[in-house]
Amino acid sequence: MVAQNIAFGVIAAAMVVAAFRVVTTKNVVRAALYLVVVLAGVGAQFILLASEFVAVVQVLVYIGAIVVLFLFGIMLTRAPIGKTVNLDNDLRRSGLLVSLMLVGGLVYVLWDAFEDTELPEDGTLFRTSEVGDSIFSTYLVPFEIISVLLLAALIGAIVVARRD
Amino acid sequence: MLLNQFLVLSAVLFCTGVYGVIARRNGVLVLMSVELILNAVNINFVAFAYWHGDVSGQVFALFVITVAAAEVGIGLAIVLLIYRNRSSIDLGQMEQLRG
Amino acid sequence: MLENVWVIPAIPFATFWGILFFGKRLPHKGAELGIGALSLCFALSLVTGAAWIDRVDNPPVSDHTTEQATEHATGGSEIDGTEHAQVAGGDSGTGIGVLGAAAIEEAEEHIAVDAVVQQWTWWQNGGIEFTVGTMVDGLTAMMLLVVTVVSLLVHIYSTDYVGGDRRYTHFFAFLSLFSASMLMLVMAENTLQMIVGWELVGLCSFVLIGHWWEEKPNSDAALKAFLTNRVGDIGMLIGVITLFFAANQTWSIVEINSMANAGQISHTALLVASLCLTAAVMSKSGQFFLHTWLPDAMAGPTPVSALIHAATMVVAGVFMVARLYGVFWDGFSIGTSNINVLAVVGGFTTIVGGVLAFVQADIKKVLAYSTISQLGYMVMALGVGAWTAGLFHLFTHAFFKACLFLGSGSVSHAVHSFDMVKDMGGMRKWMPHTFRTFMIGSIALAGIPPLAGFWSKDEILAGASQLGGGGDGYPVVLVMGFITAGLTAAYMTRCVYLTFFGEYRGHTPVEKLHESGPRITLPLWILAGLAIVAGLANLPGDSIVPDGWALRFEHFVEPTGAYFPAISHPHFSGLTALVSIAVAGLGVAIGYAFYFRQLGPHGLTQRSTVAKAGYTFLENRYYLDHLYTGVIAGGTKGPIARAAYWTNQNIIDGIVNGVGISARRIGLWVYDKIDQGIVDGTVNGLGLGAGAGGEVLRETQTGRVQQYASVLFGSTLVLALVIALVIV
Repeated sequence: MVAQNIAFGVIAAAMVVAAFRVVTTKNVVRAALYLVVVLAGVGAQFILLASEFVAVVQVLVYIGAIVVLFLFGIMLTRAPIGKTVNLDNDLRRSGLLVSLMLVGGLVYVLWDAFEDTELPEDGTLFRTSEVGDSIFSTYLVPFEIISVLLLAALIGAIVVARRD
Repeated sequence: MLLNQFLVLSAVLFCTGVYGVIARRNGVLVLMSVELILNAVNINFVAFAYWHGDVSGQVFALFVITVAAAEVGIGLAIVLLIYRNRSSIDLGQMEQLRG
Repeated sequence: MLENVWVIPAIPFATFWGILFFGKRLPHKGAELGIGALSLCFALSLVTGAAWIDRVDNPPVSDHTTEQATEHATGGSEIDGTEHAQVAGGDSGTGIGVLGAAAIEEAEEHIAVDAVVQQWTWWQNGGIEFTVGTMVDGLTAMMLLVVTVVSLLVHIYSTDYVGGDRRYTHFFAFLSLFSASMLMLVMAENTLQMIVGWELVGLCSFVLIGHWWEEKPNSDAALKAFLTNRVGDIGMLIGVITLFFAANQTWSIVEINSMANAGQISHTALLVASLCLTAAVMSKSGQFFLHTWLPDAMAGPTPVSALIHAATMVVAGVFMVARLYGVFWDGFSIGTSNINVLAVVGGFTTIVGGVLAFVQADIKKVLAYSTISQLGYMVMALGVGAWTAGLFHLFTHAFFKACLFLGSGSVSHAVHSFDMVKDMGGMRKWMPHTFRTFMIGSIALAGIPPLAGFWSKDEILAGASQLGGGGDGYPVVLVMGFITAGLTAAYMTRCVYLTFFGEYRGHTPVEKLHESGPRITLPLWILAGLAIVAGLANLPGDSIVPDGWALRFEHFVEPTGAYFPAISHPHFSGLTALVSIAVAGLGVAIGYAFYFRQLGPHGLTQRSTVAKAGYTFLENRYYLDHLYTGVIAGGTKGPIARAAYWTNQNIIDGIVNGVGISARRIGLWVYDKIDQGIVDGTVNGLGLGAGAGGEVLRETQTGRVQQYASVLFGSTLVLALVIALVIV
C-alpha cells in the first residue's frame, strides 16, 4: 500500500509538473516532449489501477502515434526550433482565472462527494479477455461506430491535407 | 489509495489542459492541451472502473483513446491546411469570424 | 266708399308704373296720366268726405251709442221708447219737443263715431299678426282732400313750369308715386303701414329734390334731406316698437290709442314712445334742431317745394302726432301740464324759423323758413292740447303756402332767378296775377282776418292761453306764438316789398318780363281763393256765429271714438284775437316803415359790430350746419373712424394675428421638442440602443476560438457549481 502511494505520488508530481510545462514552455518541441512525460505518467497510473491493457494501449497509441503526429505537425508547420518570444496570447489571464476556478470548483466538489473513499485493496484484477469480452458483447455497437469513425477520420485527414 | 487522489489528479490535469487551450497561440500546442484534457478524463474513467469493479470504464477509456487519435489526425490535417493558406498557425491571428 | 278708400292711393300708384313704362310714348309725356289720376283721386276724396260727413251726421246704430243716448234722452224728457233709435240717428225732428231737441243735441255730442277700419292679414308669426288696411275718419278725409287738391294743382302747374325739362316724364312719375305714398300714409291703419308710407314719402322727396342732380348742390341737398330724416326715423322705429310691446303686441292705431286712453299702457312707456316719436316729428316736420334740411330742399323744382315741403310731406309729422294723439296726450300729460316737450319744441321752432326768414335773399328760402315756423305752430298746437287748432292750421297753411310757393315759381319763371335782392323788384307791374295771389297768400300767412290764417292761428293762441293744467295755459309757448306772429307779418312784408315793389334790379331785359301762362296762374287763383275761404271751415263757436255754421271742421274732423282722448277745447277769446291782430299789424307796420319808407336804421349791420355779429350768426343759420357736418360728421369720419381703424388693425387684428402666431409657435415647439425630440427620440433611441447594445455584444464575437473556449469552460463551471451546490 505504501509503495503504491509513494509510486502514485512521485508519478503524479512528475505529471503535474510536466503538464504545467506543456502549457508554459516557449519551446514547441519541448512542449511535445513534456507531453510524452505526461502521457507516460498516465500509463503508469493505469497500471496502478490494475488496467494493464489500457495502459499498454495508451503507451502504444498515444506516445507511439499521436506524439509522433504532433512532432510531424510541428515540423510541417515550420515551428521554430528553439525559443519563441511569444507563444501565449492575451487571454492568459482570463484563461488562468478560468482554470483556477475550475480546478477549485472541481476539487471542492470531488472532495465533497467522495471524501475519504478508499479504493479496494484487492480489487478485481481485470484481465484483457474480460475487456475484450465486454467490448464485443456489451459495447459492440459503439465499437463498430468507432471503427467507422476511424475510417472517416483517416479518409478525412487525407482529403483535408492533400495538395491539389 | 484514495479514490480522490486520482480524481484530483485528473482535475488538475484537466484544468491545465483548459489553460493551455485558452492561452496558447500555436495551434499544435492547443491540440496538445486537448490531449491533456482527454487523458485526464481517461484517468477518471479507469479510476472509477477500478472502484466499481466494472470493466466498462476501461472500455470507455479505450474508446476515448481511439477517438483522441482520430481527432488529432484530423486536427493536425486542419492545422496543416491553415498553415498552407496563411503561412502561420498563430490562432490569435485567425479572426475572420470576427463580428 | 269708406270701406273702399284703398282705391285712392292705388290709382296714383298704378299711374306711377304707367308713366314710368309708357310715359315717354304718350303725347303729353305722361303728364296726362298724372293729371287724370289725381283728378280721379280728388273726385273720390270728395266722395269720401261726403260719406264721412254723412256718417258723422247719421252714425250707425250700436249698443253703446243707444245706451248713452237713452240715458240722456230719458234724463231730458219723457220720450217714447220706440223713438230712441231715431234719437240716436241724429237730426230727426219727428214729434219731439224742445227738451227732446236738447236731448238730441246732447245725444249727438255723446255719440262716439268710430273710424271705419278695414284690415287684411298678410303675415303671421309667433302669435303676432301683421295686417295692412285702411282707417278712415275725419282726419283721414280732411288729409285726403288737402293732398289731392294741392297735388292736382301742382300737377297742372308743373306742365308749364317743368315743361321741356330733361326728365319731365320721370318728374311726373315720382309726383304720382309721392301722391300715392302720402295718400297711403294718411289712411294707414297700423303703425307699420304708417312707417312704410313715411319712408316712401321720404324717398320721393329725395328723388324729387335731386331732380336736377347733375349739379352737385342739388344732390347734396337731396342727401341731406334724406339723411336728416333718417336720424328722426330711428326715433320713429323705436317709438313704434315701444308702443307695440307696451300695447300688448298690437300694431293697430285704433287699439293703441284706445288702450292709451283707457289707461292700460304704463305712463313711462307712453312717455318714452312719445319722446321717440317726437324725434321723428322733428326731422320730418322740420322742427328745431333737425330742420336744417328744409331750406336746402329748396334746390328742387318749385312745384316740388310747394307740394312736398309746404303742404303735404312736412305735415306728415304733424299728422302722425295727431293720429297717435292718445299716446302723446297721456305720455306728455298734455291735459294737465303747463309746459311739455312738444309745445316747447314747437314754440321754439316758430321763433327760430321766423327770425331766420329775415336774412334770406332767396325768396324760396324765405318761404322755407316760414314753413318751418308755421310747422312749429302746428306742433305747438298739438303740444298744448289744441288738436283741432293744429290740424285746422295744417289745412289752411297747405293752401296759402302752396299759393306762395307757386307764386314764387311764377316770378322766377320771368326773371330766371330766385334772388329777391339782386334780381327782382317792382314785379307787380309785369305780373299782376302773381302779385295779387301772392299778396293774398301773404296776408293769409300773416294772420290778418278774415283770411284763413287768422282763424287757425288765433285758435292755436287761444289754446295756448287756455288749455293745460288748471286752465292756466302754456304761458311760455303763448309768448313765443305772439312774437312769431309779429315776425311772420314783418318778414312777409319784407319779402313782398323786395319782390314786387321798388325798383327793378334784375338782369333780364324789361321787355322780356311777362306774366306766366294760364296753367300757372289758374292754380294760383284757386289756391288764393281757398286761402280766403278756408277759414270759414272752423269759425269759432260760443254763439259768435250761428250754431249750424260754427266749428264745422272740428265737428267733422275731430275724432270721437274711444281711440281719441277726451281733450278740452278752447273757447273763442276776443282778447287773444285782438292781441294777435295787433301784433300782426305791428309787424306789417314795422316792415312797411323799414322797407317801403326806408325809415329806420338801414345799414346797421355794417356799422355795429354787435348787429353784424348777430347777422352773421343768423346768416350761418345758427351754425347748426357747421355743427352737424363739421363737428358730428367730421368728428365721426375723422378721429372716431381713425380710432376705430386703429383698434381694428392693432387690437383686433393684433389679437387675431397674435393667436395665429402663438399657435404657430406652439406648433413649431411641439414639433421640435415633442415630436422630434421625445417621440422620434424614443424611437430613434430604441434603434440606437439596439444598435449600441449590438455593438457592445459584438465585442464578444472576436473570431478567436480560444476566447470562445474560455467562455465555454467558464460558463460550464458556473453551471456545474449551480447544479452541484444549489439544486442538488
